[in-house]
Amino acid sequence: MSVATVPATGPPVHAARREGVRLDGERALRWALLGLFALWLYVVLVWPMAQVLWRSLLDNDGRFIGLANYVRYFRTPAIAASITNSLTVSLIAMALTVGLAFVYAYALTRTRMPGRGAFRLIATLPLFAPSLVSAIAFVYAFGNNGIVTRQTGVNLGLYGPRGIVLAEVFYCFPHALLILVAALTAADARLYDAAAALGASRLRTFRTVTLPGVKYGLMSACFVVFTLVITDFGVPKVVGGKYSVMATEIYNQVIGQQNFTMGATVSVVLLVPALLACIVDRIVQRRQYALVSAAARPLAPGRAVGTQIVLFGYCALVALAILGIYAVIVASSLVQRWPYNLGFTLRHYTFDSIGGYTALVNSLEVATLTAIVGTVVTFAGAYLVEKTRTPLSGVLAMLSLLPVSVPGMVLGLAYIFAFNAPGSVLNRIYGTLAILVLANLVHYFTVPFLTATTTLKQMDPEFESVSASLGVPFYRTAWRVTIPIALPSIVGISMYFFLNAMVTLSAVVFLVAPGTELAAVAVLLLDDAGESAQATAMSVLIIGLGLLVRVVYWALLRGVTRRTQAWTRATTPPSGGS
Amino acid sequence: MGQALPEVRTARPPAVALEEITKTFGSVSALREVSLTVGEGEFVCFLGPSGCGKTTLLRIVAGLERQDAGVVRMAGRDVSRLPPSRRNYGIVFQSYALFPNLTVARNIAYGLAARRRSRAAIDARVDELLALVDLPRHKQRYPAQLSGGEQQRVALARALAPSPALLLLDEPLSALDARVRLALRQEMKALQRRLGITTIMVTHDQEEALTMADRIVVMNHGRVEQIGAPARIYSEPSSLFVARFVGSMNLLSGVAEARPGWARVGAQTLRHRPTPATKPDDAVTLGIRPEEVRVGAGARESDNRLTARVTSVQFQGAFTRLGLQPTGDGGPALECDLAATALADLDVREGAELAVALPPEALRVFVTPRNGA
Repeated sequence: MSVATVPATGPPVHAARREGVRLDGERALRWALLGLFALWLYVVLVWPMAQVLWRSLLDNDGRFIGLANYVRYFRTPAIAASITNSLTVSLIAMALTVGLAFVYAYALTRTRMPGRGAFRLIATLPLFAPSLVSAIAFVYAFGNNGIVTRQTGVNLGLYGPRGIVLAEVFYCFPHALLILVAALTAADARLYDAAAALGASRLRTFRTVTLPGVKYGLMSACFVVFTLVITDFGVPKVVGGKYSVMATEIYNQVIGQQNFTMGATVSVVLLVPALLACIVDRIVQRRQYALVSAAARPLAPGRAVGTQIVLFGYCALVALAILGIYAVIVASSLVQRWPYNLGFTLRHYTFDSIGGYTALVNSLEVATLTAIVGTVVTFAGAYLVEKTRTPLSGVLAMLSLLPVSVPGMVLGLAYIFAFNAPGSVLNRIYGTLAILVLANLVHYFTVPFLTATTTLKQMDPEFESVSASLGVPFYRTAWRVTIPIALPSIVGISMYFFLNAMVTLSAVVFLVAPGTELAAVAVLLLDDAGESAQATAMSVLIIGLGLLVRVVYWALLRGVTRRTQAWTRATTPPSGGS
Repeated sequence: MGQALPEVRTARPPAVALEEITKTFGSVSALREVSLTVGEGEFVCFLGPSGCGKTTLLRIVAGLERQDAGVVRMAGRDVSRLPPSRRNYGIVFQSYALFPNLTVARNIAYGLAARRRSRAAIDARVDELLALVDLPRHKQRYPAQLSGGEQQRVALARALAPSPALLLLDEPLSALDARVRLALRQEMKALQRRLGITTIMVTHDQEEALTMADRIVVMNHGRVEQIGAPARIYSEPSSLFVARFVGSMNLLSGVAEARPGWARVGAQTLRHRPTPATKPDDAVTLGIRPEEVRVGAGARESDNRLTARVTSVQFQGAFTRLGLQPTGDGGPALECDLAATALADLDVREGAELAVALPPEALRVFVTPRNGA
């Protein structure tokens, strides 16, 4: 080992002086921002959720009673039934949705049948409507006075588990489809070549290559649908009748009986399956990435004509069903009195019983604010967590995964506890649009956070090192390099926030106040009040606005891509000089 | 550094001095009391297998990683606690780390803009650097439009633009294909000479280190194994690790004889380079490079003669590598590199027997570390 020759006398200016600062300005700023993000997550997520847990251990007068609420919950048959009911409809809806969506996704990705683009577009339509809209449409079609019921004389007995399952399948179909399409697209053609070369039959190839390849996609779709159904409130509220599930039970306890502690108790119990599904899904998804190697060759869809005809027929049926449901929604909003008087009218669009368009305007405002603030917070949060290596970053990354497993009802209740506490400084935003924005932001926080993290991880981690060596502060590099590169993903994040904020019901239903009604809540209240036609009219406007915004975003994304992603099109150097 | 004495009084302090740098990640010890100096204008390579700590050491010099203990000095100034932006160096990474959304010109100007220079001055400097790395026509292109070698040259220009006192290269050539790597190796070395800029390069490629560096720091398991000029590292590796890692080396295990300068390998007794390090009956390893093994006529005048059967003949272009198995109990198999001209004079076929000699002046001795006690 060579021992350094330490100069006894250095240059006079710097000699032996321990120059420097442990904490330079930039690092301090970064840590301060990270601390701010941590504080924010604590105030809007950890603390409110802790309140729910705590309240479930108190009685309605605020006395600590241990697990007595839970004991009462499990011992009261009427309430306890909601657990088994929830699990039953969730599992059945999950199996049906994933089964139907798998065949549809297979047809879209593994065949060359005509109309795949249109089929795909139609299948995503349910994303633009609040969940309860599908339930209302089913009532219009198959309810006691539904048009199909009257025409055929067959009553499905819609109100109850059947109606819930049907409407949930419709609502969850696009969610499962998107996951399965992604899983089926990521196939390695070499495996199929090998199977063919070894003389495997098509059925055997399907069983030994196709299914194992999408195993994790299937599991992921199952967890997503299960979580969507068990946490959904709109569908069982509209079509559940006397069949009580956990989400409606929370609503009944809180709104119906003002029994907040029992609401908290059911919330905590509902949190368990949702949390479990979410954790298992994370583990499963981590494995999915390892499945497709970089050397994989994409699979060219098959040309078997017989299969294509069968699958085309199947897709056409599903697509027609979806379009049919939408047709019912639009039609019922435009006729005098469904199904007795089918004369055309626009009077349902005046929303006279809820005072006109306030709810819709509020919704637009909340969705816009959620999109803007949410995008800034998630991207900045993901940036700080990803680029600042401290023990705190790991904790924050974990916390950021939590919201996706918190049912909207539970988050809403948590916000009542946290923001409606007398004497709290946060009390001021209770009853304003701000708390609705905040609830949406937190409710839909996880997916954009993960999107932003993935985008950031795809960038060279040495960008910041290079900048530091060149004396350029990190925020300048973030502004000039990181954000421009990530812009398409940032635009995608804001659209996700906007569309979800437009249709969500469960997170905001406890938080709306006079003057801050939202469109999706209005649909619920109108339907509750027997103004179903106005409810569907409102739904049509929500869907229409969602589609419009989708188109605007699509144009925006094209513009953004053209302006900021010029470098991605730069591939082969043009010949000749500059 | 408590016992370090002020032995040498140099007129100017070294460009970089590392004093007992120690770093652990969790329970893994990445660097253990590493000390070394880099002279002004010198080109030093940190060489070692992956995980030896060379990159961590470079990042500590850069201030991108903070050492647990030890001092980093630049030109005598203690910079141990300074952030990267105040250490005055340029850095080039294996991945280039060019900003993909900025043109070549803007990439190079990136560090200049932060220094509040006029636009005209920045533009002139960018042109100067583009000329320096021989890419004057690529000013307005995006990185994706350039080849890997061109991108790395832009990265070099960007690092040099603010005229730093020190250039750090983190495996700069590893992502390039072999031909480009060779060309860029020479170009970078020539550029470094011309600018006279102090340079530290990290590499796991011993050939790269041997051809480019003024001095090589061979590292293993977070420690410095040897520091020296390339020729010295090659001819006098100070440890078995260095002997194995740099170039190829025939290694023969044996036992030191009572007679100083001799060791027994199998049934053979071989004379080796004189060394004070061995005592009789010490377990030793003798090392000789393939090109130092003599065969045929050249073997006759030398000591340590033996006979060997040719087990393989591998044509490798400029030379041919022979696999040799000494006959009888002559010791383990050997490899021998023969230049094309020497090969022509010999009749070498697989199975043929050859006279072989291991010249004593080429036989290096390493004391084999004892296991256990």
